[in-house]
Amino acid sequence: MIFKTFNPLEDKTLRIIDNDGKIINKELFPDLDNETVIKAYKSMLYARTADEMAISYQRQGRMYTYPPNMGQEAIHIASGLIMRENDWLVPAFRELGAMLAKGVSMKEIFIYYMGNEQGSNFKQANHVLPICVPIGSQFLHATGIGYSINYQKKDEVVFSFIGDGGTSEGDFSEALNFAGVWKVPVIYIIQNNQYAISVPVQNQTKSINLAVKAVAFGLPGIKVDGNDFFAMYVACKEAFEHARAGEGAVLIEALTYRKGAHTTSDDPTKYRTKEEEQEWDKTDPLIRMKRYIDNEGIWNEDEEKLIENYKQEIDKQFTEAENITPYQLEDVFEYMYDEMPDILRKQKAEYKQFQSWKEKRI
Amino acid sequence: MSVMTIVQAINNALDIKLGEDKTIVVYGEDAGKEGGVFRVTEGLQRKYGVERVFDSPLAESAIVGTGLGMALSGLRPIVELQFDGFTYPAFNQIISNVSRMHNRSRGMYKVPLVIRFPYGGGINALEHHSESPEALYAHIPGIKVVIPSTPHDAKGLLISAIESNDPVIFMEPKRIYRAIKQEVSEEKFSIPIGKAKVLTEGTNVTVVAFGAMIRECQKAIAMANQAGISVELIDLRTIYPIDKETIAESIKKTGRIIIVAEAPESFGVGAELMAIANEEAFLYLEAPPKRVMGFDTIVPMAKGEPFYLITPERIFYEIERTVKF
Repeated sequence: MIFKTFNPLEDKTLRIIDNDGKIINKELFPDLDNETVIKAYKSMLYARTADEMAISYQRQGRMYTYPPNMGQEAIHIASGLIMRENDWLVPAFRELGAMLAKGVSMKEIFIYYMGNEQGSNFKQANHVLPICVPIGSQFLHATGIGYSINYQKKDEVVFSFIGDGGTSEGDFSEALNFAGVWKVPVIYIIQNNQYAISVPVQNQTKSINLAVKAVAFGLPGIKVDGNDFFAMYVACKEAFEHARAGEGAVLIEALTYRKGAHTTSDDPTKYRTKEEEQEWDKTDPLIRMKRYIDNEGIWNEDEEKLIENYKQEIDKQFTEAENITPYQLEDVFEYMYDEMPDILRKQKAEYKQFQSWKEKRI
Repeated sequence: MSVMTIVQAINNALDIKLGEDKTIVVYGEDAGKEGGVFRVTEGLQRKYGVERVFDSPLAESAIVGTGLGMALSGLRPIVELQFDGFTYPAFNQIISNVSRMHNRSRGMYKVPLVIRFPYGGGINALEHHSESPEALYAHIPGIKVVIPSTPHDAKGLLISAIESNDPVIFMEPKRIYRAIKQEVSEEKFSIPIGKAKVLTEGTNVTVVAFGAMIRECQKAIAMANQAGISVELIDLRTIYPIDKETIAESIKKTGRIIIVAEAPESFGVGAELMAIANEEAFLYLEAPPKRVMGFDTIVPMAKGEPFYLITPERIFYEIERTVKF
């Protein structure tokens, strides 16, 4: 029972491999075959590549504001590995790898950040909510879905994400409080990437860590090295078993570092130092996992060639996203309601009249 | 048929829907064992069990936010917020998520959620218990706002709200919760959302109101009739989507419109109805449209409330002025 061993009140951190990829906690090392480990590493590599390309497309002016994920891939891929098809993903907006794991495509992600809501109508992904921008509010949706699952006696689990800044929102506490009372099968994951835009986590709370907040709600909480894929996997796996067994919700604090900016509109050099970034670079989840793989000697593919293939495939998806049917006037109105009020129909018709006037007169 | 108050009619609608649809759950503060502070959900927990009708912890944002989560995952939740003035903690969930999830997901997720709460003044209550925030909610794209004025309408409109796949804010006029009794069918029936109702036909002036103000208007109209003025009374029933046609048609007939509502006057439903009068019936107007509404103040506590409350006399006064303009 890792939630007892790694008591957040004692500020303990679950860590399984060190920065050199060496196993430091053999007992807890997960029972994963080499093939799965390599697949997980490749998924992290794919997510990192896609993220870098998204930033580059944004800089080329082919996409709008985008929130980079670099540095947080272990959290996304480890949780994504555990999520089953019918499990729910209730994201904030920095969970790219987890969304990909659930079946969301890069094409859809690109469509969204090109400024088209159509990117949130996931064609292949089951039980994934659109990204939720109002900070922290998504945690309550996860709790409600948890109630549904219990009520309908379904074998499903919810994974929901929030940032360190989000833990200051009232909805965070309300969601965990309801979760405790209702005993919902929800895994709440805090991605503590150290900053809420420019504000460091030390300015968010005087708690010794964020996982400890679970204690007040009667839930298990655990602080995990979120840049250690194996630690994240073990924590999510145990939380998943706990939730699935009807034992209720778990709060996981995943320590990580946002390598990039909050979004492409932000400049982190204004509020953090190079030294700090370099210090965290040593914990980069991809480097650590690659070192583990090299130490074990279980993989010898040409990584550069693999990345090249990923780039081609991602670029193809980007081109497809650029070439979807252009946004129509109808799309503005069509989805506001399941049953559209006449008022909206009239507003649309009036705009069309203006359009035809404009064609003739201007 | 049986004689029901608004409270009983709402209870009856909830009872019918809970009975026929297992995906419906009802919850809120004190909504379970006690049956709500106004006893609207009384007896339902005993009948349908604690999993379906229950007391939630006390947090409005969470009541609505979790309701949204349930609506996205196969349930049709009906949540109760205890008073108009306590709905504001839930405002962010309503405006940022409940109203948008259908659009945000391009129709992938529907939101069959009903948010019920009592509203309005006239019960000598403490601060926060006498407010009429319908304009705040009607201004949010993506939701519908319904306010009944009779037991019959309360039942039929609530059944429509529950069966709607769009989120509905259902505001209940607490002042007349038990003041009006009416024969209501015990069978299931529904009244469409978005349709106003002409309660009394008349020729000199149109009066538009909703909720608890209908009864006050009816008293004013009796006075006006004695003075030889013929008044057409329209019960709006749905605030959004507002029934422009019924309003415009009536103005075209009478040439005059007065709007009666309890909320602060500026930027409220009255302003919207005046806009409809101007846009849809400008050439028919024979007098300036007039609002008889609350002041742009906080609803005063009991000792001051008589100044704020709209009385039949005040409505009659404005009817006479408008007709004589």
